[in-house]
Amino acid sequence: MIEIRDLEKTYQMGEETVAALAGVSLTIERGENVAIVGPSGSGKSTLMNIVGGLDRPSRGTYRFDGEDVSHFDDNALADFRNRRIGFVFQSFQLLPRLSALQNVELPMIYAGKDKTERRARAERMLDRVGLGSRMGHRPTQMSGGQQQRVAIARALANSPDLLLADEPTGALDTQTGNDVMALFKALNAEGLTLVTVTHDVEVAAEADRRITFRDGLIVSDDKAGRP
Amino acid sequence: MKRIDLIGFAAGAIVAHPMRSALTSLGVVIGVAAVVMMTSIGLGAQQRVTSAIGGLGSNLLIVMPGASRGPGGGFVSQGAGSGMSLNEDDAKAIAEQIEGAVAVAPAVRGGAQLTAEGANWQTRVEGVTPDYLTARDLTIASGRMFDENEARQGRKVIVIGKTIATELFGEDSDPIGKRIRVGTAPFEVIGVLTPKGQSGFGQDQDDIVLGPLQAIRSRVVGRRVQGTNVQTIYVKGASADDLDRLQEDVTNLLRERHRIRQGAEDDFSVQNMASIMEAMQASVKTFTSLLAAVAAVSLVVGGVGIMNIMLVAVTERTREIGLRMAVGARRSDVLYQFALEAITLSVIGGIIGLAVGIGGGILMAKLGQWPVAIAGWSIPVSLGFSLLVGLVFGAYPSWRAARLDPIEALRRE
Repeated sequence: MIEIRDLEKTYQMGEETVAALAGVSLTIERGENVAIVGPSGSGKSTLMNIVGGLDRPSRGTYRFDGEDVSHFDDNALADFRNRRIGFVFQSFQLLPRLSALQNVELPMIYAGKDKTERRARAERMLDRVGLGSRMGHRPTQMSGGQQQRVAIARALANSPDLLLADEPTGALDTQTGNDVMALFKALNAEGLTLVTVTHDVEVAAEADRRITFRDGLIVSDDKAGRP
Repeated sequence: MKRIDLIGFAAGAIVAHPMRSALTSLGVVIGVAAVVMMTSIGLGAQQRVTSAIGGLGSNLLIVMPGASRGPGGGFVSQGAGSGMSLNEDDAKAIAEQIEGAVAVAPAVRGGAQLTAEGANWQTRVEGVTPDYLTARDLTIASGRMFDENEARQGRKVIVIGKTIATELFGEDSDPIGKRIRVGTAPFEVIGVLTPKGQSGFGQDQDDIVLGPLQAIRSRVVGRRVQGTNVQTIYVKGASADDLDRLQEDVTNLLRERHRIRQGAEDDFSVQNMASIMEAMQASVKTFTSLLAAVAAVSLVVGGVGIMNIMLVAVTERTREIGLRMAVGARRSDVLYQFALEAITLSVIGGIIGLAVGIGGGILMAKLGQWPVAIAGWSIPVSLGFSLLVGLVFGAYPSWRAARLDPIEALRRE
């Protein structure tokens, strides 16, 4: 599903040119559960931003289901993020003014879905993550684990092809972190492709495949449980 | 995305900070209210000037003794009314020789105490000829006006206004045939004038006593006006368009009669009510535009207030903007969301300002005792302007919001 060839991303820092990605090639198939690990500054976040359509590569190609995403314009990228990607962030990134239900509806609003359809789908997604009884609650009235589950429901709203999670358990205690990981596993088991960026060795251990980054390059790529 | 949802976003953000939204709109409220109120005050003043000068009589020239400041009926005339250069023969000559003089009425006036049936009233008494009614657009409500003969003979009869009748004889009385002592001389009331109410200048136009020229001059005015001299000659023209020509003819005739050499100054002044009205209206108009311009500045200040708060909102909500972009908002969606927020704040301010301005205009009209005049155009114009203010001053903050980099925005604390 994802085909990355010789991907480079460079930034101009004053006089110096810094390479966040120094030529990365990678293929991820539909239904995989991949963990991307590496120290900070290794380029893993940059890769996630490009894969998620938040950023464009400096050189190289990125194909998603055969489409060359690296040449999309701003609007095409916005639509790409809206329909095909579900983001889950470390800090949840819920809008505090809105209820859980309204937060989940947000991506569907940008997809142009009408209100009744949105509401029904948002209710189903909140049920799916186990928050059926808290749809009217605001983020501030919820625990961290509950907030992250609202964020997951939001990520699922437009039935994305790929769930991108950036340190999804980084702000949670061990128990709620494990609950969130269990939820991810269940979603992956239903066929959703999952890419998680993390420092956490335990989180990485849950994945079927671990890709390790260092200095903008892939240094190892191993598939657990497969010979 | 759908437009209706965009409105929901804007409304949600405004409702989330009610106090801040109210204060932001307040700038536009004040601006629009000021513009509406100033134009309404100006318009009311203009109407009042029109009715004030119109109340003196339409198409009227007022000839007074003394030098005029210049030809063409100078607005300010120094020394007008001083000296005694006009007399009844001048009036007669104007009536006989000048074409288009519909009515010519010489007049004298003096203050006097009126007494009747134990009541008394201090007022101004005018000695006139019957033509005076035509010249000043007055009509008789009951009884009659004295005629030329009575005027010439100096019969002691008077025609009074409604106020005099009420003050001396009480409400709903019939004063015809009753006697009033004007100063020391007794007069008989033969007519009552149709009430005209208050003039545009705030004077009671029904506080009026008219008597025959001769009788009033000798019995009331006394020594100040001698012989056949008069203090004023009213000349009514057939139409407003003809008034300038009439003024010139009257001036030429009087110069000739008074043997004024070429180049020498007039010893009388001719005031053209039409041109005075024009001049006053023009000055009121200028004044109104000036007030409206000052008010418009406050509208701009209101707009700057909106821009300021919107910039704060964009900074505060950077993470929200980043998140919206991450879940699929196009840059244009973000742009429209913030622009609509600014426009909504501004237009709500405009609507409230319009209501406040109309209310204030009515109040000012009550206090200033002029007609309530809300210009019809001020409603669409003020709403249009508040929309424009929102659009112009919301544009830059919205553009800033739309240009944000989603990665940077999401990282912001």
